[in-house]
Amino acid sequence: MSRVRTWFQDNRRNPNAIAYSVFIIAALLYPTIVQFWTGGNGDYLVGIAADGGIYMLMAIGLNVVVGFAGLLDLGYAAFFAIGSYTYAEVASYHLGVTPVDHALHIPFWLALFVGMFIAASAGALLGAPTLRLRGDYLAIVTLGFGEIVPIVFRNGGIWTGGVPGISGLDVPTLPGWFQGPWINQNFAWVPDFRFTTANLTAYYVLMVLLIGMTVVLVHNLYNSRLGRAWMAVREDETAAAASGVNTVTVKLLAFSIGAATSGFAGAFYGAKLSYVSSENFSFIVSVTVLAMVVLGGMGNIPGAMLGAAVLYFILFWLLPSAPSQVESLASSVGLDFLNKAVPNGWPGIAEEISRSKYVIFGLILVGIMLLRPQGLLPSQIRKQELKHEEHEALTVPRQLQS
Amino acid sequence: MAETVQRLRGTFFTLNVNSLLNLAGGIAVLVAIIATLQRVFESGGTYFFQTLGFGLAQGAIFALVALGYTMVYGIIELINFAHGDVFTLGAFFSLAMMPLFGLNPSSSGAGVILPLLGLFVITMLFCALVNITIERVAYRPLRHAPRLAPLITAIGMSSLLEGVMFIWRGPFNLAYPDFLPEQQLSLGGGITIAAKAVFVIILALILMVGLTFFINRSKLGKAMRATAQDRDAAQLMGININRTISATFFIGAALAGAGGIIYGLYYNSVAAFDGFAYGLYAFTAAVFGGIGNVPGAALGGFMIGVIAAMSDGYFTVAWTRPLIFGILIFVLVFRPTGLLGMRVPEK
Amino acid sequence: MPAILRVEGLSKRFGGLVAVDNVSFEVNEGEVFALIGPNGAGKTTLFNCVTGFYAPTFGSINFGGRDISGSPPHRTAKAGIARTFQNIRLFDYMSAVDNVRLGHHCRMHSKLWDSLFKTPFEKREEKAIIEHSMELLELVGLGRHADSYARNLAYGQQRRLEIARALATSPKLLLLDEPAAGFTPQEKVELMQLVQVILGRGITVFLIEHDMRVVMQASKRIVVLDHGEKIAEGTPAEVRSNQRVIEAYLGKSA
Repeated sequence: MSRVRTWFQDNRRNPNAIAYSVFIIAALLYPTIVQFWTGGNGDYLVGIAADGGIYMLMAIGLNVVVGFAGLLDLGYAAFFAIGSYTYAEVASYHLGVTPVDHALHIPFWLALFVGMFIAASAGALLGAPTLRLRGDYLAIVTLGFGEIVPIVFRNGGIWTGGVPGISGLDVPTLPGWFQGPWINQNFAWVPDFRFTTANLTAYYVLMVLLIGMTVVLVHNLYNSRLGRAWMAVREDETAAAASGVNTVTVKLLAFSIGAATSGFAGAFYGAKLSYVSSENFSFIVSVTVLAMVVLGGMGNIPGAMLGAAVLYFILFWLLPSAPSQVESLASSVGLDFLNKAVPNGWPGIAEEISRSKYVIFGLILVGIMLLRPQGLLPSQIRKQELKHEEHEALTVPRQLQS
Repeated sequence: MAETVQRLRGTFFTLNVNSLLNLAGGIAVLVAIIATLQRVFESGGTYFFQTLGFGLAQGAIFALVALGYTMVYGIIELINFAHGDVFTLGAFFSLAMMPLFGLNPSSSGAGVILPLLGLFVITMLFCALVNITIERVAYRPLRHAPRLAPLITAIGMSSLLEGVMFIWRGPFNLAYPDFLPEQQLSLGGGITIAAKAVFVIILALILMVGLTFFINRSKLGKAMRATAQDRDAAQLMGININRTISATFFIGAALAGAGGIIYGLYYNSVAAFDGFAYGLYAFTAAVFGGIGNVPGAALGGFMIGVIAAMSDGYFTVAWTRPLIFGILIFVLVFRPTGLLGMRVPEK
Repeated sequence: MPAILRVEGLSKRFGGLVAVDNVSFEVNEGEVFALIGPNGAGKTTLFNCVTGFYAPTFGSINFGGRDISGSPPHRTAKAGIARTFQNIRLFDYMSAVDNVRLGHHCRMHSKLWDSLFKTPFEKREEKAIIEHSMELLELVGLGRHADSYARNLAYGQQRRLEIARALATSPKLLLLDEPAAGFTPQEKVELMQLVQVILGRGITVFLIEHDMRVVMQASKRIVVLDHGEKIAEGTPAEVRSNQRVIEAYLGKSA
């Protein structure tokens, strides 16, 4: 007990410790609060949060690449797609209709890791020849890769299901599951549990556990020999090499670990939707995840998580629901005329807001970056860097100091 | 003698993974060229020159957009994602300004030349002003922030511009008037090329040559090159960095605006979200030619345009996009500085 | 004493520019060996060749009996060559102790697996590394600054931190690129003492230095480069009286 108390005292002013605590509490309470608030009909909100978890996983993975190792990856969704499609191939009837003629049904828990492994290998294959290049070139290569992969899946014909994609993927199973009071059912033990859309809370719990696990592993990496090497490579590649760090290997590891996380998230995503389509992996996904990492605070795990939570909330809840929310707000304050569409003129406030979503998204990105260029929850290092940069800008250029 | 031995050892050791990769790359290019040639001979000359004309025209537009990417990258090392949307904005704005110049979809003949010229001037000016505003608002305050911060605001600005055009005219294709002559020019021997394509190519070339002269001869052009090489040193020489960067954004956007009109005139249709994908192609062109290199961007634009047209014309449209981005990766792996880029030492 | 580093017929060209031209010399184990020459003589280029940042155009570099010409920097570091840089290159936003901990990278045995799951082996290794890093910081007189960002240290402290980081790679040969540049006389004396301590640990020191007093005092043998060519080699006394050296430094008319 006293250890807990000292921990709290030590970390009272540590924003990361606070953030982690808030995350844990929020994750625990979220389903209950939502169900209470919506009177037991909040299952879809729990499902949205579980989907958000997929983005959070990706943000944590991309943070390794961008934040820790300082490599700009603009095609992160490609690995997400590879994970999803791998899951679709190895855990559905689909291979049975291809010339292979034998469907594979690898169990969910194994298939997740197959997806992860294939994505990591793709990352290594792409990274090996390109990580020797200057930083910006890597960004461009990944951008190209991110454009190629979904189109290859779309053009893959019978192998990838073409434009409609592959549906009817195996859903996750567990030997048993607690059926809880949280979805207005009696507490019970369900054997041979299958995850379906009827029980989104199960997905939510699984997602929280997976995120927790990933955070612990990535945190361990950050505080290890490899994490230090990443930081060194980001700061000064020449000095790192002179100190015995194989910079190519270290960067390749960051790149592959990021790809692995994305592939893992992709496999989970495929299993949850029970469907994959090339439409879901466009450049905008890569950009969104990158924006999550940068908005949250590069190089800081809870920062990336916070960025993911905030941006996911805005993009997938606030913006889609804003039109109807504003519409009901307008009618409740007596501004009903705003809701009526005028032919060849005012399209109605709901339509107007829904058309404005790109503008709003753009304004949010620009606004947050201008107000907090270091991100919402920056790492200590980035804070320092920013302070020094500002200082330097007012004095002498750095090259001329010595 | 000892030196000869050393030299031999040198060649032996350079025959490593890199040269093997280079060999494989060379073979891949050769196979692609042979496969294309075979199809070209099968389909005959008329089709080839039509495709080539289309490719060069499309490439000319890529080149105009690529110049803006390459200039901005050269001077502040930022991939200006909003640039492609400034280009679309050029098409949208010119469409709205047409009545002001007495142009309407049925106008034709030599009478459109003067109003069209006016349209070009006002659109280029408008796009330029939009772009320097973007730089002022979204990039300049972040010049000393972590390097990715301006990249995110660039993406935000891109979304913002697309959103504005979306609210303004909706998400669908807009018809753009067709003022250009439709006839085919004969090149002799039964081979023809569309007059439209020739017009587009010539116009783009005039703009590019003008830009090259400006950058090589004018004082501001020199300031730009100096700033691109070493911002601190340029500042110490009394160059106004902010003004130079603004000028770069101004010129890049003016070219993109002109490109937007040419795009509308050539394809006769434009949509709010066209610019993003088009911008990625143009950016590929800039990298292909050597990012930061002005003639390189022009060359890259034409090459990407022709390659895309050949792929569309002789192979399948569905694989053109992967091909273009595949080429992008290929170029970066085998010739990281692009076709005309200079070798930049790492240290 | 046996030679630890043997450079034979080393040339480095950048396009048409010959930065180092057919230079040969040997550094013996346990000595302080100095490389001097006017600005632009190719000293740092030679260092970059030895540490693997440049591949030599011609010639070979033999370290401890192994040919290392053309191996990348992390290999030469692992083989036992450490270096510092003329313009200090520290990891600015890592603490002093983390800079030194990083130096241990190539001597550590924790695998990816160990790092991911924080195995007992990893914990033990990290603990040992931290202790050793603190010891090295004490050695260079930075014990009290272990937690400061490298960037916030004073100039002289940064130079010494760089030496500590180099020592962390457990080198057999330490290359110092102008270690006394910008130092006060007092600091130079301390640096010379530190060099003696490093020698005492069985590490050979190979340095580039401009300050003649430091060079003459500290080093046993000297090689002089001018325009990429070796113009003299010998003890400090021999080099000092060499006509070509005097010409190179003062110009022919002098």
